[in-house]
Amino acid sequence: MINKLDNMLGFHQKALNMRSSRQTLLASNIANADTPGFKARDFDFSRALQTSLSSSQAKPGLMTTAARHINPAGFRSIGSSQAQYRIPQQPSADGNTVDMDTERMQFADNALRYDAGLTFISGQIRGLLSAIRDGN
Amino acid sequence: MSLFSIFNIAGSSMAAQSQRLNVVSSNLANADSVTSSTGEAYRARQVVFKTIDVNETAKGVKVAGVVHDPSPMKVTYDPKHPMADEKGYVTSPNVNAIDEMVNMMSASRSYQNSVDMMNTTKTLLQKTLSIGQ
Repeated sequence: MINKLDNMLGFHQKALNMRSSRQTLLASNIANADTPGFKARDFDFSRALQTSLSSSQAKPGLMTTAARHINPAGFRSIGSSQAQYRIPQQPSADGNTVDMDTERMQFADNALRYDAGLTFISGQIRGLLSAIRDGN
Repeated sequence: MSLFSIFNIAGSSMAAQSQRLNVVSSNLANADSVTSSTGEAYRARQVVFKTIDVNETAKGVKVAGVVHDPSPMKVTYDPKHPMADEKGYVTSPNVNAIDEMVNMMSASRSYQNSVDMMNTTKTLLQKTLSIGQ
């Protein structure tokens, strides 16, 4: 029974974790908008979530592309292992690749989707509680 | 909880931007200071930002140092000026008011961005705390 509860809430838990990792990454980009030579980073959310869901470990591990790749004992967070540099849309004199429009848009989008995740998980909990309390 | 590190990131950014704003205001205030404690005209200062690691994903920002602007000083011929050298030239600061105003706007916008980021995160965390209620 507990396992079923775990399975039910697990997806949203992983999704929310990934969203908060991405939010941190985007916040780092925005904070470093004026730092010379800073390269903006982001990760592909859907691919990262799929990797996290398919791996049996509780913590998201490194991405393995072959059967003989070994995951290290201490898993690294998904944010740093799969974060990739953004392709700059415009060149800059100081080597900084933060595009404030993109970053702000992604930040707002990610915040909204995190919020949506919270709504989903709350709805599920409410549904479960309703079933437990016999519909009351 | 990685959302909490956004507070550190935004905080570091706000601190750095406010220091930048401080440097801008001292440059503007001293735009006409032809002498100082060293006896030389004021040289414009600029901050240099550097990325710092809050943790492996989160990168904050800090002021790595304040450097003197290497651009040449303004020299004007004014023999009647008390600070004129033996040839009658007065050295005045290399503060460029336009550059400083642009810097000020950029710093203030970046500061606003950080505040906005912090507010968004605070709202998200408050909602997270009320899961299942």
